[in-house]
Amino acid sequence: MAKLVNRIQPDLVQQSYVVEIAKGLAITSRAFVRNLFGKKDIVTVQYPEQKVPYAPRFRGKHLLTKRDDGQVRCVACMLCATACPANCITIVAAEHDDRGIEKYPTQFEIDLLKCIYCGFCEEACPCDAIRMDSGVHTLPSYTRRDQKTGKVDLLALAKLSTASQGGEFRATDHEGTAHGRSSHH
Amino acid sequence: MQLFTDPILNVIAWTLIKFAGFVLVFVMGLATVLTWTERKYSALIQNRPGPNRANIGNLRLGGLFHMLADPIKMLTKEDFSPDTPNPIMFRLAPIVAFIPALMVFAVIPFGPGDQMVIANTELGILFIFAISSLNVYGAVMGSWASNNKWSLMGGLRITAQMISYEVAIGLVLCGVFMIYGSVDLQQIVVAQGQTILGFLPAWGIFTQPLAFILYLACAIAENKRAPFDTAEAESELTAGWWTEYSSMNFAVLALSEFIEIVLIGCLGATLFLGGWHIPGVSGDTPLLVALQIGAFLLKAIFLVWLQMTIRWTLPRFRYDQVMRLGWRIMLPAALANLVLTGIALTLIDRR
Repeated sequence: MAKLVNRIQPDLVQQSYVVEIAKGLAITSRAFVRNLFGKKDIVTVQYPEQKVPYAPRFRGKHLLTKRDDGQVRCVACMLCATACPANCITIVAAEHDDRGIEKYPTQFEIDLLKCIYCGFCEEACPCDAIRMDSGVHTLPSYTRRDQKTGKVDLLALAKLSTASQGGEFRATDHEGTAHGRSSHH
Repeated sequence: MQLFTDPILNVIAWTLIKFAGFVLVFVMGLATVLTWTERKYSALIQNRPGPNRANIGNLRLGGLFHMLADPIKMLTKEDFSPDTPNPIMFRLAPIVAFIPALMVFAVIPFGPGDQMVIANTELGILFIFAISSLNVYGAVMGSWASNNKWSLMGGLRITAQMISYEVAIGLVLCGVFMIYGSVDLQQIVVAQGQTILGFLPAWGIFTQPLAFILYLACAIAENKRAPFDTAEAESELTAGWWTEYSSMNFAVLALSEFIEIVLIGCLGATLFLGGWHIPGVSGDTPLLVALQIGAFLLKAIFLVWLQMTIRWTLPRFRYDQVMRLGWRIMLPAALANLVLTGIALTLIDRR
Protein backbone atom coordinates (compact mmCIF):
# COMPACT_ATOMS: atom_id res chain seq x y z
CA MET A 1 0.00 0.00 0.00
CA ALA A 2 1.35 3.34 -0.93
CA LYS A 3 2.24 5.56 1.95
CA LEU A 4 0.62 8.94 1.89
CA VAL A 5 3.11 11.73 2.39
CA ASN A 6 1.74 14.85 3.95
CA ARG A 7 3.22 17.65 1.93
CA ILE A 8 3.30 20.98 3.67
CA GLN A 9 1.70 23.68 1.58
CA PRO A 10 3.47 26.85 2.70
CA ASP A 11 1.17 29.80 3.13
CA LEU A 12 2.06 33.28 1.93
CA VAL A 13 3.86 34.22 5.15
CA GLN A 14 5.99 31.10 4.94
CA GLN A 15 6.69 31.64 1.27
CA SER A 16 8.01 35.13 1.90
CA TYR A 17 10.64 33.44 4.13
CA VAL A 18 11.05 36.55 6.25
CA VAL A 19 9.37 35.11 9.34
CA GLU A 20 10.89 31.67 8.77
CA ILE A 21 14.38 33.11 8.44
CA ALA A 22 13.84 35.10 11.64
CA LYS A 23 12.88 31.83 13.38
CA GLY A 24 16.02 30.19 12.03
CA LEU A 25 18.16 33.07 13.26
CA ALA A 26 16.57 32.70 16.68
CA ILE A 27 17.52 29.01 16.79
CA THR A 28 21.16 29.60 15.87
CA SER A 29 21.42 32.59 18.20
CA ARG A 30 19.99 30.52 21.04
CA ALA A 31 22.56 27.80 20.41
CA PHE A 32 25.30 30.44 20.38
CA VAL A 33 24.20 32.06 23.65
CA ARG A 34 23.78 28.66 25.33
CA ASN A 35 27.25 27.51 24.31
CA LEU A 36 28.84 30.81 25.28
CA PHE A 37 27.23 31.42 28.67
CA GLY A 38 25.09 28.50 29.69
CA LYS A 39 25.44 24.74 29.71
CA LYS A 40 27.78 23.78 26.92
CA ASP A 41 26.52 21.21 24.44
CA ILE A 42 29.92 20.79 22.85
CA VAL A 43 30.28 17.26 21.55
CA THR A 44 33.72 17.33 19.95
CA VAL A 45 36.78 15.80 21.60
CA GLN A 46 39.99 17.77 22.14
CA TYR A 47 42.09 15.08 20.50
CA PRO A 48 45.62 14.99 21.80
CA GLU A 49 44.47 15.60 25.37
CA GLN A 50 41.27 13.53 25.26
CA LYS A 51 40.96 10.25 23.43
CA VAL A 52 38.04 8.08 22.55
CA PRO A 53 38.88 4.44 23.37
CA TYR A 54 39.17 2.11 20.41
CA ALA A 55 37.02 -0.93 19.89
CA PRO A 56 38.65 -4.19 21.00
CA ARG A 57 38.73 -5.36 17.39
CA PHE A 58 40.62 -2.26 16.22
CA ARG A 59 43.28 -3.28 13.70
CA GLY A 60 46.38 -1.23 14.38
CA LYS A 61 50.01 -1.60 13.44
CA HIS A 62 51.16 -5.18 12.96
CA LEU A 63 53.29 -7.05 15.45
CA LEU A 64 55.20 -10.34 15.50
CA THR A 65 54.66 -12.43 18.62
CA LYS A 66 57.44 -14.31 20.42
CA ARG A 67 57.85 -17.80 21.75
CA ASP A 68 58.32 -18.31 25.47
CA ASP A 69 62.08 -18.33 24.95
CA GLY A 70 61.94 -14.97 23.12
CA GLN A 71 62.38 -16.32 19.58
CA VAL A 72 60.12 -15.15 16.80
CA ARG A 73 57.05 -17.35 16.58
CA CYS A 74 56.85 -17.04 12.79
CA VAL A 75 57.90 -20.11 10.83
CA ALA A 76 58.14 -18.32 7.46
CA CYS A 77 55.36 -20.38 5.90
CA MET A 78 54.46 -17.47 3.56
CA LEU A 79 50.73 -17.88 4.14
CA CYS A 80 50.34 -14.26 5.21
CA ALA A 81 52.32 -12.98 2.23
CA THR A 82 50.16 -15.17 -0.02
CA ALA A 83 46.90 -14.01 1.56
CA CYS A 84 47.89 -10.38 1.46
CA PRO A 85 45.80 -8.61 -1.19
CA ALA A 86 48.15 -5.63 -1.20
CA ASN A 87 51.37 -7.64 -1.55
CA CYS A 88 53.00 -5.67 1.21
CA ILE A 89 54.69 -8.49 3.12
CA THR A 90 58.21 -9.59 2.17
CA ILE A 91 59.65 -12.63 3.96
CA VAL A 92 63.09 -14.13 3.54
CA ALA A 93 63.20 -17.59 5.12
CA ALA A 94 66.11 -19.53 6.55
CA GLU A 95 66.50 -22.99 8.05
CA HIS A 96 66.07 -23.24 11.81
CA ASP A 97 68.42 -25.29 13.98
CA ASP A 98 65.48 -26.92 15.72
CA ARG A 99 64.18 -29.62 13.33
CA GLY A 100 60.73 -29.27 14.91
CA ILE A 101 60.45 -25.67 13.80
CA GLU A 102 62.15 -26.10 10.40
CA LYS A 103 62.09 -22.46 9.23
CA TYR A 104 62.23 -18.92 10.54
CA PRO A 105 62.28 -15.49 8.84
CA THR A 106 65.62 -13.72 8.58
CA GLN A 107 63.79 -10.73 7.15
CA PHE A 108 60.16 -9.88 7.71
CA GLU A 109 59.22 -6.61 6.15
CA ILE A 110 55.80 -4.94 5.88
CA ASP A 111 55.41 -1.89 3.70
CA LEU A 112 52.88 0.07 5.73
CA LEU A 113 52.16 2.40 2.84
CA LYS A 114 50.92 -0.53 0.77
CA CYS A 115 49.08 -2.23 3.63
CA ILE A 116 45.31 -1.80 3.63
CA TYR A 117 44.85 -3.07 7.20
CA CYS A 118 42.40 -5.79 6.12
CA GLY A 119 43.64 -8.31 8.69
CA PHE A 120 43.87 -11.24 6.22
CA CYS A 121 47.46 -11.89 7.33
CA GLU A 122 46.51 -12.56 10.95
CA GLU A 123 43.61 -14.73 9.77
CA ALA A 124 45.92 -16.73 7.51
CA CYS A 125 48.63 -17.23 10.11
CA PRO A 126 48.62 -20.82 11.48
CA CYS A 127 51.00 -19.98 14.34
CA ASP A 128 49.38 -16.85 15.76
CA ALA A 129 52.64 -15.14 14.85
CA ILE A 130 51.39 -12.01 13.10
CA ARG A 131 48.74 -10.01 14.87
CA MET A 132 47.25 -6.54 14.52
CA ASP A 133 46.04 -5.98 18.07
CA SER A 134 48.73 -3.53 19.12
CA GLY A 135 46.25 -0.66 19.28
CA VAL A 136 48.96 1.56 17.80
CA HIS A 137 48.55 3.90 14.87
CA THR A 138 50.94 3.92 12.00
CA LEU A 139 52.90 7.12 12.46
CA PRO A 140 53.66 9.44 9.57
CA SER A 141 57.24 9.75 8.42
CA TYR A 142 59.30 11.96 6.17
CA THR A 143 60.36 9.25 3.71
CA ARG A 144 58.64 6.28 2.13
CA ARG A 145 61.59 4.15 3.20
CA ASP A 146 60.71 4.76 6.87
CA GLN A 147 57.32 3.13 6.38
CA LYS A 148 58.89 -0.24 5.63
CA THR A 149 58.76 -1.91 9.00
CA GLY A 150 61.25 -4.72 9.67
CA LYS A 151 61.35 -7.73 11.95
CA VAL A 152 63.01 -5.87 14.85
CA ASP A 153 60.30 -3.19 14.95
CA LEU A 154 57.50 -5.72 14.65
CA LEU A 155 58.92 -7.83 17.46
CA ALA A 156 59.30 -4.75 19.65
CA LEU A 157 55.54 -4.28 19.55
CA ALA A 158 54.91 -7.85 20.73
CA LYS A 159 54.38 -6.82 24.33
CA LEU A 160 51.37 -4.69 23.29
CA SER A 161 49.46 -7.72 22.02
CA THR A 162 46.39 -8.83 23.93
CA ALA A 163 47.92 -12.31 23.92
CA SER A 164 50.81 -11.10 26.07
CA GLN A 165 48.44 -9.15 28.32
CA GLY A 166 46.21 -12.02 29.29
CA GLY A 167 43.69 -11.44 26.54
CA GLU A 168 42.72 -7.99 27.74
CA PHE A 169 42.72 -5.25 25.15
CA ARG A 170 44.48 -2.10 26.20
CA ALA A 171 43.96 1.06 24.22
CA THR A 172 47.13 2.89 23.43
CA ASP A 173 47.74 6.32 22.12
CA HIS A 174 49.45 6.77 18.82
CA GLU A 175 52.91 7.07 20.40
CA GLY A 176 52.60 3.43 21.29
CA THR A 177 52.61 3.66 25.07
CA ALA A 178 50.02 1.37 26.59
CA HIS A 179 47.66 2.51 29.28
CA GLY A 180 44.69 0.77 30.85
CA ARG A 181 41.18 1.27 29.58
CA SER A 182 39.36 1.53 32.87
CA SER A 183 36.30 3.31 31.46
CA HIS A 184 34.96 0.11 29.87
CA HIS A 185 35.39 -2.18 32.86
CA MET B 1 40.41 72.78 13.99
CA GLN B 2 43.57 74.10 12.28
CA LEU B 3 46.57 71.80 12.23
CA PHE B 4 48.45 73.75 9.55
CA THR B 5 48.16 77.34 8.39
CA ASP B 6 48.11 76.24 4.76
CA PRO B 7 44.45 75.25 4.08
CA ILE B 8 45.37 72.50 1.61
CA LEU B 9 47.81 70.87 4.02
CA ASN B 10 45.17 71.16 6.70
CA VAL B 11 42.61 69.30 4.58
CA ILE B 12 45.11 66.59 3.71
CA ALA B 13 46.13 66.15 7.34
CA TRP B 14 42.54 65.87 8.56
CA THR B 15 41.65 63.47 5.76
CA LEU B 16 44.54 61.24 6.74
CA ILE B 17 43.55 61.36 10.40
CA LYS B 18 39.94 60.45 9.59
CA PHE B 19 41.14 57.73 7.24
CA ALA B 20 43.40 56.27 9.91
CA GLY B 21 40.72 56.43 12.58
CA PHE B 22 37.76 55.15 10.62
CA VAL B 23 39.18 52.90 7.90
CA LEU B 24 42.43 51.61 9.38
CA VAL B 25 41.35 51.25 12.99
CA PHE B 26 37.62 50.53 12.81
CA VAL B 27 37.10 48.89 9.42
CA MET B 28 40.36 46.98 9.11
CA GLY B 29 40.36 46.21 12.81
CA LEU B 30 36.84 44.84 12.70
CA ALA B 31 37.57 42.88 9.52
CA THR B 32 40.60 41.30 11.19
CA VAL B 33 38.65 40.41 14.29
CA LEU B 34 35.93 38.97 12.04
CA THR B 35 38.38 36.38 10.68
CA TRP B 36 38.45 34.95 14.18
CA THR B 37 34.84 35.76 15.09
CA GLU B 38 33.49 33.95 12.05
CA ARG B 39 35.16 30.70 13.07
CA LYS B 40 34.39 31.02 16.77
CA TYR B 41 30.80 32.13 16.22
CA SER B 42 30.05 29.38 13.73
CA ALA B 43 31.65 26.85 16.07
CA LEU B 44 29.51 27.85 19.03
CA ILE B 45 26.40 27.78 16.85
CA GLN B 46 27.28 24.23 15.79
CA ASN B 47 28.17 22.92 19.28
CA ARG B 48 31.91 22.95 18.65
CA PRO B 49 34.55 24.70 20.76
CA GLY B 50 36.05 26.45 17.73
CA PRO B 51 39.62 27.70 17.37
CA ASN B 52 41.35 27.53 20.74
CA ARG B 53 44.93 26.43 20.07
CA ALA B 54 46.86 29.61 19.31
CA ASN B 55 48.42 30.85 22.51
CA ILE B 56 51.11 33.07 23.94
CA GLY B 57 52.55 31.29 26.93
CA ASN B 58 49.54 29.90 28.74
CA LEU B 59 47.29 32.72 27.56
CA ARG B 60 44.68 31.52 25.09
CA LEU B 61 41.77 33.97 25.31
CA GLY B 62 39.48 31.56 23.50
CA GLY B 63 41.78 31.39 20.50
CA LEU B 64 41.84 35.14 19.94
CA PHE B 65 45.48 34.87 18.89
CA HIS B 66 44.42 32.97 15.78
CA MET B 67 43.96 36.31 14.08
CA LEU B 68 47.66 36.96 14.74
CA ALA B 69 48.71 33.44 13.83
CA ASP B 70 46.89 33.56 10.49
CA PRO B 71 48.90 36.42 8.93
CA ILE B 72 52.14 34.84 10.12
CA LYS B 73 51.12 31.58 8.51
CA MET B 74 49.96 33.32 5.33
CA LEU B 75 53.18 35.34 5.03
CA THR B 76 55.43 32.31 5.40
CA LYS B 77 53.51 30.07 3.01
CA GLU B 78 54.55 29.40 -0.55
CA ASP B 79 53.16 32.04 -2.87
CA PHE B 80 51.98 29.62 -5.51
CA SER B 81 51.01 30.83 -8.93
CA PRO B 82 49.52 28.59 -11.59
CA ASP B 83 50.95 28.07 -15.06
CA THR B 84 49.08 30.94 -16.62
CA PRO B 85 49.55 33.09 -19.71
CA ASN B 86 48.47 36.14 -17.68
CA PRO B 87 50.76 36.26 -14.64
CA ILE B 88 50.49 40.04 -14.27
CA MET B 89 46.69 39.92 -14.33
CA PHE B 90 46.82 37.10 -11.79
CA ARG B 91 48.89 39.28 -9.45
CA LEU B 92 46.76 42.37 -10.00
CA ALA B 93 43.43 40.69 -9.29
CA PRO B 94 43.63 40.66 -5.47
CA ILE B 95 44.64 44.33 -5.49
CA VAL B 96 41.78 45.25 -7.81
CA ALA B 97 39.39 43.37 -5.55
CA PHE B 98 40.80 44.88 -2.36
CA ILE B 99 41.15 48.60 -3.09
CA PRO B 100 37.52 49.37 -4.09
CA ALA B 101 36.34 47.63 -0.94
CA LEU B 102 38.32 50.16 1.11
CA MET B 103 37.59 53.17 -1.11
CA VAL B 104 33.85 53.21 -0.54
CA PHE B 105 34.27 54.08 3.12
CA ALA B 106 35.35 57.55 1.98
CA VAL B 107 31.77 58.80 1.69
CA ILE B 108 30.17 57.11 4.70
CA PRO B 109 29.37 59.66 7.42
CA PHE B 110 30.42 58.29 10.79
CA GLY B 111 29.38 61.27 12.87
CA PRO B 112 27.33 64.49 12.81
CA GLY B 113 28.51 67.47 10.79
CA ASP B 114 30.19 68.04 7.44
CA GLN B 115 33.61 67.07 8.76
CA MET B 116 32.63 63.62 10.02
CA VAL B 117 33.11 61.96 6.67
CA ILE B 118 36.42 61.32 4.95
CA ALA B 119 35.44 62.83 1.59
CA ASN B 120 32.65 65.35 1.88
CA THR B 121 31.11 65.03 -1.59
CA GLU B 122 27.52 65.18 -2.74
CA LEU B 123 27.97 61.99 -4.76
CA GLY B 124 27.31 59.82 -1.74
CA ILE B 125 25.64 56.60 -2.69
CA LEU B 126 26.40 57.04 -6.41
CA PHE B 127 30.10 56.90 -5.55
CA ILE B 128 29.52 53.73 -3.55
CA PHE B 129 27.69 52.07 -6.44
CA ALA B 130 30.36 53.11 -8.92
CA ILE B 131 33.30 51.93 -6.85
CA SER B 132 31.89 48.81 -5.19
CA SER B 133 30.91 47.41 -8.60
CA LEU B 134 34.56 47.71 -9.60
CA ASN B 135 35.55 44.98 -7.23
CA VAL B 136 33.91 42.39 -9.44
CA TYR B 137 36.65 43.18 -11.97
CA GLY B 138 39.16 41.79 -9.52
CA ALA B 139 37.18 38.56 -9.34
CA VAL B 140 36.79 38.35 -13.11
CA MET B 141 40.47 39.07 -13.72
CA GLY B 142 41.52 36.56 -11.11
CA SER B 143 39.24 33.84 -12.40
CA TRP B 144 40.34 34.40 -16.01
CA ALA B 145 44.05 34.63 -15.20
CA SER B 146 43.96 31.52 -13.01
CA ASN B 147 43.81 29.39 -16.16
CA ASN B 148 41.56 26.96 -14.36
CA LYS B 149 38.07 25.84 -15.28
CA TRP B 150 36.70 25.95 -11.75
CA SER B 151 37.95 29.50 -11.35
CA LEU B 152 36.44 30.51 -14.66
CA MET B 153 33.08 29.04 -13.71
CA GLY B 154 33.23 30.96 -10.45
CA GLY B 155 34.09 34.13 -12.33
CA LEU B 156 31.15 33.67 -14.69
CA ARG B 157 28.83 33.17 -11.77
CA ILE B 158 30.10 36.28 -9.98
CA THR B 159 29.55 38.36 -13.09
CA ALA B 160 25.99 37.14 -13.55
CA GLN B 161 25.20 37.44 -9.86
CA MET B 162 26.66 40.94 -9.53
CA ILE B 163 24.74 42.25 -12.54
CA SER B 164 21.46 40.74 -11.33
CA TYR B 165 21.68 42.01 -7.78
CA GLU B 166 23.23 45.36 -8.70
CA VAL B 167 20.02 46.16 -10.59
CA ALA B 168 17.84 45.13 -7.67
CA ILE B 169 19.90 46.91 -5.00
CA GLY B 170 19.93 50.12 -7.06
CA LEU B 171 16.14 50.09 -7.33
CA VAL B 172 15.74 49.22 -3.65
CA LEU B 173 17.82 52.19 -2.57
CA CYS B 174 15.89 54.49 -4.93
CA GLY B 175 13.00 54.18 -2.49
CA VAL B 176 15.25 55.52 0.27
CA PHE B 177 16.32 58.47 -1.89
CA MET B 178 12.68 59.27 -2.66
CA ILE B 179 11.82 59.41 1.03
CA TYR B 180 14.78 61.55 2.11
CA GLY B 181 15.19 63.49 -1.13
CA SER B 182 18.95 63.19 -1.47
CA VAL B 183 21.76 60.86 -2.51
CA ASP B 184 24.16 62.57 -0.11
CA LEU B 185 24.53 60.12 2.75
CA GLN B 186 25.06 62.85 5.36
CA GLN B 187 21.77 64.52 4.33
CA ILE B 188 19.98 61.18 4.41
CA VAL B 189 21.19 60.66 7.97
CA VAL B 190 20.17 64.18 9.00
CA ALA B 191 16.70 63.60 7.54
CA GLN B 192 16.42 60.43 9.61
CA GLY B 193 16.64 62.55 12.76
CA GLN B 194 12.97 63.53 12.49
CA THR B 195 10.16 61.50 13.95
CA ILE B 196 7.16 59.95 12.25
CA LEU B 197 3.75 59.47 13.92
CA GLY B 198 5.10 61.45 16.85
CA PHE B 199 7.24 58.77 18.48
CA LEU B 200 8.99 56.59 15.89
CA PRO B 201 12.36 57.86 14.64
CA ALA B 202 12.22 58.35 10.86
CA TRP B 203 14.81 55.67 10.27
CA GLY B 204 14.91 53.88 6.94
CA ILE B 205 13.93 50.60 8.56
CA PHE B 206 10.59 52.15 9.63
CA THR B 207 9.90 54.19 6.52
CA GLN B 208 11.15 51.49 4.13
CA PRO B 209 10.86 48.11 5.90
CA LEU B 210 10.63 46.10 2.67
CA ALA B 211 13.64 47.94 1.27
CA PHE B 212 15.68 47.03 4.35
CA ILE B 213 15.03 43.31 3.90
CA LEU B 214 15.70 43.50 0.17
CA TYR B 215 18.85 45.56 0.77
CA LEU B 216 20.22 43.02 3.21
CA ALA B 217 19.50 40.09 0.88
CA CYS B 218 20.92 41.82 -2.20
CA ALA B 219 23.97 43.09 -0.33
CA ILE B 220 24.81 39.63 0.98
CA ALA B 221 24.33 38.29 -2.54
CA GLU B 222 26.71 40.92 -3.89
CA ASN B 223 29.27 40.03 -1.28
CA LYS B 224 29.15 36.45 -2.62
CA ARG B 225 28.83 34.93 0.84
CA ALA B 226 26.61 32.06 1.87
CA PRO B 227 23.68 31.59 1.31
CA PHE B 228 24.65 33.16 -2.04
CA ASP B 229 28.18 31.75 -2.28
CA THR B 230 27.76 30.30 -5.78
CA ALA B 231 31.02 31.93 -6.86
CA GLU B 232 33.05 30.21 -4.19
CA ALA B 233 30.94 27.05 -3.95
CA GLU B 234 33.33 24.71 -2.15
CA SER B 235 31.06 21.77 -2.81
CA GLU B 236 30.98 22.32 -6.58
CA LEU B 237 33.93 24.47 -7.66
CA THR B 238 36.67 23.61 -5.12
CA ALA B 239 37.02 27.23 -4.01
CA GLY B 240 35.54 28.90 -7.05
CA TRP B 241 37.36 31.87 -8.41
CA TRP B 242 40.06 31.96 -5.75
CA THR B 243 41.03 28.31 -6.09
CA GLU B 244 44.53 29.16 -7.31
CA TYR B 245 45.27 31.85 -4.76
CA SER B 246 47.48 31.06 -1.82
CA SER B 247 49.60 32.82 0.76
CA MET B 248 49.06 36.57 1.20
CA ASN B 249 47.13 36.85 -2.07
CA PHE B 250 44.47 34.64 -0.56
CA ALA B 251 44.59 36.57 2.69
CA VAL B 252 43.94 39.82 0.84
CA LEU B 253 40.95 38.28 -0.95
CA ALA B 254 39.55 36.87 2.26
CA LEU B 255 40.07 40.17 4.03
CA SER B 256 38.34 42.13 1.27
CA GLU B 257 35.33 39.87 1.77
CA PHE B 258 35.29 40.73 5.48
CA ILE B 259 35.74 44.42 4.69
CA GLU B 260 32.68 44.20 2.48
CA ILE B 261 30.74 42.75 5.40
CA VAL B 262 31.70 45.83 7.38
CA LEU B 263 30.75 48.00 4.40
CA ILE B 264 27.30 46.43 4.20
CA GLY B 265 26.96 47.02 7.93
CA CYS B 266 28.04 50.67 7.71
CA LEU B 267 25.90 51.43 4.68
CA GLY B 268 22.90 49.66 6.19
CA ALA B 269 23.34 51.58 9.43
CA THR B 270 23.57 54.83 7.47
CA LEU B 271 20.56 54.27 5.26
CA PHE B 272 18.23 52.25 7.46
CA LEU B 273 19.23 52.54 11.11
CA GLY B 274 19.54 56.31 11.34
CA GLY B 275 23.32 56.53 10.99
CA TRP B 276 24.82 58.30 13.99
CA HIS B 277 21.47 59.33 15.49
CA ILE B 278 20.62 58.33 19.02
CA PRO B 279 16.80 58.50 19.32
CA GLY B 280 15.55 61.38 21.43
CA VAL B 281 18.92 63.06 21.82
CA SER B 282 20.16 66.15 20.03
CA GLY B 283 22.91 68.71 20.55
CA ASP B 284 26.51 69.23 19.60
CA THR B 285 28.67 68.93 22.69
CA PRO B 286 31.92 66.99 22.08
CA LEU B 287 30.79 64.21 24.43
CA LEU B 288 27.54 63.78 22.52
CA VAL B 289 29.37 63.74 19.21
CA ALA B 290 31.63 61.00 20.53
CA LEU B 291 28.57 59.06 21.73
CA GLN B 292 26.94 59.47 18.33
CA ILE B 293 30.02 58.16 16.56
CA GLY B 294 29.91 55.24 18.98
CA ALA B 295 26.22 54.69 18.20
CA PHE B 296 26.98 54.56 14.49
CA LEU B 297 29.76 52.01 14.99
CA LEU B 298 27.49 49.92 17.24
CA LYS B 299 24.73 49.90 14.62
CA ALA B 300 27.26 48.84 11.99
CA ILE B 301 28.49 46.06 14.27
CA PHE B 302 24.90 44.96 14.86
CA LEU B 303 24.38 44.56 11.11
CA VAL B 304 27.68 42.70 10.83
CA TRP B 305 26.44 40.32 13.52
CA LEU B 306 23.16 39.91 11.62
CA GLN B 307 25.05 38.99 8.44
CA MET B 308 27.17 36.48 10.34
CA THR B 309 24.09 34.85 11.83
CA ILE B 310 22.38 34.68 8.45
CA ARG B 311 25.48 33.17 6.91
CA TRP B 312 25.60 30.39 9.53
CA THR B 313 21.85 29.77 9.60
CA LEU B 314 20.62 29.47 6.05
CA PRO B 315 21.48 26.68 3.63
CA ARG B 316 23.09 27.85 0.43
CA PHE B 317 21.19 28.41 -2.81
CA ARG B 318 21.85 26.59 -6.03
CA TYR B 319 23.14 28.81 -8.83
CA ASP B 320 19.88 28.79 -10.81
CA GLN B 321 17.95 29.54 -7.61
CA VAL B 322 20.14 32.57 -6.98
CA MET B 323 19.43 33.84 -10.50
CA ARG B 324 15.71 33.15 -10.21
CA LEU B 325 15.55 34.89 -6.85
CA GLY B 326 17.40 37.87 -8.25
CA TRP B 327 15.34 38.44 -11.39
CA ARG B 328 11.93 37.03 -10.52
CA ILE B 329 11.58 38.06 -6.88
CA MET B 330 14.11 40.73 -5.87
CA LEU B 331 13.68 42.87 -8.96
CA PRO B 332 9.84 42.90 -9.00
CA ALA B 333 9.80 43.43 -5.23
CA ALA B 334 12.19 46.36 -5.58
CA LEU B 335 10.00 47.83 -8.33
CA ALA B 336 6.87 47.31 -6.24
CA ASN B 337 8.57 49.03 -3.33
CA LEU B 338 9.40 51.95 -5.62
CA VAL B 339 5.80 52.25 -6.85
CA LEU B 340 4.35 51.98 -3.34
CA THR B 341 6.76 54.61 -2.05
CA GLY B 342 5.79 56.89 -4.92
CA ILE B 343 2.06 56.47 -4.24
CA ALA B 344 2.55 56.99 -0.51
CA LEU B 345 4.62 60.13 -1.04
CA THR B 346 2.03 61.55 -3.46
CA LEU B 347 -0.81 60.91 -1.01
CA ILE B 348 1.10 62.52 1.85
CA ASP B 349 1.96 65.54 -0.29
CA ARG B 350 -1.67 66.04 -1.36
CA ARG B 351 -2.99 65.97 2.16
